[in-house]
Amino acid sequence: MFEHLNLTPNIKEADDFYAELIAAHDGLDRADSNALNARLILILANHIGDRTVLTQALNAATLRQE
Amino acid sequence: MNKIFDIPLYAYQRSPDQDAAMPVQRKVVVIGAGPVGLSAAIDLAQQGVEVVVLDDNNKVSFGSRAVCYAKRPLEILDRLGCGQPMVDKGVEWNVGKVFFDDRQVYDFNLLSEDGHQRPAFINLQQYFFEENLVKRVRELQSQGAPIEIRGCNKVDAIGTHAEYVMLEVDTPEGPYTLKADWLVACDGANSPARRMLGLDFVGKIFEDNFLIADVIMDAKFPSERWFWFDPPFNRGQSALLHKQPDNVWRIDLQLGWEIDKEREKRPENVIPRLKKMLGDDVEFELEWVSIYTFQCRRMEKFRYGRVLFAGDAAHQVSPFGARGANSGLQDTDNLCWKLKLIVDGKAPDSLLDSFNEERVYGAKENILNSTRSTDFITPKSEVSRMFRNAVLDLSEHYEFARPLVNSGRLSVPCTYDDSSLNSADALDAPARTRPGSPCPDAPLGDDFLLTKLGGEFTLLTIDADGPDSFEEGGIKVKRLSLSVRDDNTLELKRRYLGNCESGVYLIRPDQHVAARRPSFDENHFRAALRRATGKE
Repeated sequence: MFEHLNLTPNIKEADDFYAELIAAHDGLDRADSNALNARLILILANHIGDRTVLTQALNAATLRQE
Repeated sequence: MNKIFDIPLYAYQRSPDQDAAMPVQRKVVVIGAGPVGLSAAIDLAQQGVEVVVLDDNNKVSFGSRAVCYAKRPLEILDRLGCGQPMVDKGVEWNVGKVFFDDRQVYDFNLLSEDGHQRPAFINLQQYFFEENLVKRVRELQSQGAPIEIRGCNKVDAIGTHAEYVMLEVDTPEGPYTLKADWLVACDGANSPARRMLGLDFVGKIFEDNFLIADVIMDAKFPSERWFWFDPPFNRGQSALLHKQPDNVWRIDLQLGWEIDKEREKRPENVIPRLKKMLGDDVEFELEWVSIYTFQCRRMEKFRYGRVLFAGDAAHQVSPFGARGANSGLQDTDNLCWKLKLIVDGKAPDSLLDSFNEERVYGAKENILNSTRSTDFITPKSEVSRMFRNAVLDLSEHYEFARPLVNSGRLSVPCTYDDSSLNSADALDAPARTRPGSPCPDAPLGDDFLLTKLGGEFTLLTIDADGPDSFEEGGIKVKRLSLSVRDDNTLELKRRYLGNCESGVYLIRPDQHVAARRPSFDENHFRAALRRATGKE
């Protein structure tokens, strides 16, 4: 199902990244947080670029398929 | 003030057909003297096919309406003998600017590629466009071509028969009956022909209203396309500014769904909106105001026996991308050479099924593109708006987001990839010239490729041998022999050969590629021609 998408641990110092992600939203209201998330998704999607990976990521995020 | 759209250009005149004892049968009758109907008629008449255009009016379109004409339709008009006056009169533009909120986020240059005779786009009022087509009709008439426009001839009933189509036509002097071998309905989005035949027209209505105002002003704005998302002068909505000839500017303001259309159309309500956009110090005069709600829809089929539908009568799109009139001209470009072969008895009626197949495919592509533009311009949900605004915010800072901004994907011709008229690709050359593709232009010294291709079946040989002509089933194919050395810029090579040493192409009369291979092979190209004319 997700043969091109890496769903195994791939981020070094995962706790640091997670803290950074949450901190990026510090002080933002709901709308600004949502906008930040949207921009982040678009930046990451462009970085990945591979259409197959992106489709698999969209499917993986729904949690409906394994 | 007497504008061109106030003057009757094809006033009613009594036709001898109205006094005939028995209904007269014409080869082709076209309903509608708009851009699409007139182009169809010119195309047929140029090829010697008798054609009568019926229009319920006697003037060119009221107001500027369709204003953006793309390269491919201009190339088609060149073949119809009226491309040059359109380009001479039209405003060329290449730069587009995108604004979001109170600032410009980026600009782009459309001017894609060198080595094309025609620009990517011109802006021209529909009434000028139609006036030029009417002039071309008059010119053809003076040369004895079998073409006629009958003004104030309103079709009231259509009867379909196996051998002909019967039309009841109303005129200021009463009704008459006319028969036609073939009927081409180009009578617009509200097509009475479609309604009279009880045919469907399904699709998606967008719940939004747009105010179109054409204003005459001596403004200092450049010849660019400016598009605003959520500007201060039209909060939560979009706006567009575009230049046309004679200091006429097209302004398009999104108004939303819950409005009183009649009220919004009144000058006392339009003018303050425009002042808010243009500033209080800009003087302007209103030429034409309209409010529209658009739809993206198409007929299930464009051919019903001897009745063919083309242009907005067959398919309707949102205006973003200029895919209305532009795709209509590609309909008739596709249709007329096929009709000519059938009228001459050189191809089976079933060739018209390929018109249906290819142009339904084209319409689907146009509807897909214009629906996506509409969804970007007028987001239908909170999350859709959030991503739209995220794209716009990013586009100001990062180049990557700019291709995601969709204020209209401008009309380009489609490639008929799965057409039954194509032969399998047998040349390892660039994909852009694979079978089904519209031929891209290329410079040839002082001339251009598309001019030389003309409007008949052509065997294009590039650094390859081949016969000067050959004939198959009564259809003649003439050779156009070229060498990569004919084009110093090497565009011909880049577009048609790539890394190949030579190439032979069979090109259809509508300048789409039917077949290609590295060298001439008689059996292969005879088969390709039979296939391209519905005989195989």
